[in-house]
Amino acid sequence: MLQKDINGGGRGFNRDEEEEEDEEGNRGDRDAWERTYTDERSWEALQEDESGLLRPIDNKALHHAQYRRRLRTASAVRIQKGLIRYLYVILDFSRAATEMDYKPSRMAVMAKQVEAFIREFFDQNPLSQIGLVILKDGVAHCLTDLAGSPEAHIRALMGKLECSGDASLQNGLDLVNELLNQIPSYGHREVLILYSALCTCDPGDIMETIQKCKKSKIRCSVIGISAELYICKYLCQETGGLYYVALDELHLKELVLEHAPPPPAIAEFAISNLIKMGFPQRAAEGVVSICSCHKEAKVGGGYTCPRCKARVCELPTECRICGLTLVSSPHLARSYHHLFPITPFNDLSPSVLRYSQNSAKNCFGCQQSLQNPGNQRVSCVTCPNCKHIFCLDCDIYIHESLHNCPGCESFKHSTNAVPMEE
Amino acid sequence: MTSVSSKLPTDDVSLLVVIIDTNPLFWTTLNSNFGFSEFLSHVLSFLNSILLLNQLNQVVVIATGISWCDYVYDSSTCVSKRAETLLDKLEEFVEKDESLSTEDSADGVAPSLLSGSLSMALCYIQRVFRSGSLHPQPRILCLHGSPDGPGQYVSVMNAIFSAQRSMVPIDSCVIGAQHSAFLQQASYITGGVYMKPEHFDGLFQYLSTVFATDLHSRSFLQLPKPVGVDFRASCFCHKNTINTGYICSVCLSIFCKHQKKCSTCGSIFGQAQLQDSSTPDKKRKTPSQ
Ligand SMILES: [Zn+2]
Ligand SMILES: [Zn+2]
Ligand SMILES: [Zn+2]
Ligand SMILES: [Zn+2]
Ligand SMILES: [Zn+2]
Ligand SMILES: [Zn+2]
Repeated sequence: MLQKDINGGGRGFNRDEEEEEDEEGNRGDRDAWERTYTDERSWEALQEDESGLLRPIDNKALHHAQYRRRLRTASAVRIQKGLIRYLYVILDFSRAATEMDYKPSRMAVMAKQVEAFIREFFDQNPLSQIGLVILKDGVAHCLTDLAGSPEAHIRALMGKLECSGDASLQNGLDLVNELLNQIPSYGHREVLILYSALCTCDPGDIMETIQKCKKSKIRCSVIGISAELYICKYLCQETGGLYYVALDELHLKELVLEHAPPPPAIAEFAISNLIKMGFPQRAAEGVVSICSCHKEAKVGGGYTCPRCKARVCELPTECRICGLTLVSSPHLARSYHHLFPITPFNDLSPSVLRYSQNSAKNCFGCQQSLQNPGNQRVSCVTCPNCKHIFCLDCDIYIHESLHNCPGCESFKHSTNAVPMEE
Repeated sequence: MTSVSSKLPTDDVSLLVVIIDTNPLFWTTLNSNFGFSEFLSHVLSFLNSILLLNQLNQVVVIATGISWCDYVYDSSTCVSKRAETLLDKLEEFVEKDESLSTEDSADGVAPSLLSGSLSMALCYIQRVFRSGSLHPQPRILCLHGSPDGPGQYVSVMNAIFSAQRSMVPIDSCVIGAQHSAFLQQASYITGGVYMKPEHFDGLFQYLSTVFATDLHSRSFLQLPKPVGVDFRASCFCHKNTINTGYICSVCLSIFCKHQKKCSTCGSIFGQAQLQDSSTPDKKRKTPSQ
């Protein structure tokens, strides 16, 4: 909290200066040495220790504390997750995006973070779809339709990096509202807006549009690039989304990636349903057939629709002939770790450790020694189920990427308990 | 899916994490002239040849039993008397494994704890990644024979996706009689090599020609291609392999028949008509090209 205030204050100070510059229409009048300091904000990498001395921030402890916070919020809201998501990302590429308080510019930084977000999103939500909308010159236009391939979105975005004119929040919301009303009822409708302007230039009453979004059960979240705006806050409050203003690039990245894991599903937001799907086999190599998606003869590769036997090139997709949704089982399995999450590990203080019977000297996962050169224990954690001890690095890796506890997986009694039988 | 060659520095130093299946129930079913000791002699020669190929190469061996998994050898901490150390630890491991296993093998061969040893291998590899920018290129080799344990499906897939994200290829050499759908998918998804040798007598030959090559050299070689990968799903209700099925829209559980309620997440499928994806006409967009 304190950190945030300090940073916020720092940013406010910068902004005042830049506004003055803008009035003069000239930004080159600051000395070079001054610029290096304001650009790098090196003072933010320092913290005070107990005796009031300045120290570089202890990254490892900080990293672990951040991760614990993420884990807590993630495990607080549990099971029902909206796994089939239809998300529009609205990017504000108005004049305000040319500002250079982010290096090299707000636009470039937004594009970079959205690219990372798109990849992470499809990794975590394999059956979901994304569409991109750009706001500029007072209008909103749809850059890509809802689709499931990350590369196509990224290519389209990187080919369209230019900004001009004003941003219209209302036009963006109206467009997205219309598009999201066409999706099937089991899907979760979401909008993520990266907004850099400090105003919105609308043709009508934006309050009406916000109520329309609310009625269509579209969850709208906004990440502000510059400063807090009442209208954005109101929009998020009304539709159940999140509103944050980024402090710097790192914070922006964190805020954007927060939207990659599926949000807690609010029961009435999407109607649960059974969807019929096909699991095509990968066709044998060396067989020539005509694919239904590109209408070309291809040798080998590809998948065969189990219902109509048409050939498609990529999964997941919808069969062009019979309309069956085609997926491969790994696509589904990618999201199963949301269903069967592993419990958070407990901290082991050195004093507890001395009396515990578990005398393991090494981390169970990576075999790293848990004693520092002075023969003292370094801080470590333990799994509440299997009681094995892990180092802090393994703790993060296990919960954020692996989603298995190596200790629990290495003992028979635990693997017998099939999670679906709860 | 992932190409192995994309993230390679110029060096060809490898870290090979070998996962050995010690399942006693499996090894007794194999025909008599190729037992566990013959298998081990092939593997030991192979590990020695890896360490001789480049003096910076590192080998770690993890044993997979039916009741537990453990590290049995690490070349970075053990320099002399390699074979003896490994065999001693392995014997200790197998004895403890047998004492821990209480069930008798009434219903066929029990599966080994593949998900456990894969998870341990990945934790070890992450530690090597953390050690700095100059680390050996890691890969995992599964020498596996036991049948897949359906109860491990979710955890094995979790391990595979984590390996894919860290660009660690999983090679598999299947010694058993049947193909392993787990390892087929593991190797396909992570860009490793999957092979099931015809003759076990020549195991060393297979290991040294296919699995000894470092990641850098693989781009110049013609390695065995997968014949086909079984991507069909198995339903949560009966564990049958199915071509088409029903998916819960909330949690993506797979069922072979229509249900009223999802047994995983408890969602009730209220609507009378099935949401067959072929019915909503408004959703069918005609492709523009
Ligand atoms: Zn095609
Ligand atoms: Zn079809
Ligand atoms: Zn560890
Ligand atoms: Zn555990
Ligand atoms: Zn079934
Ligand atoms: Zn469900």
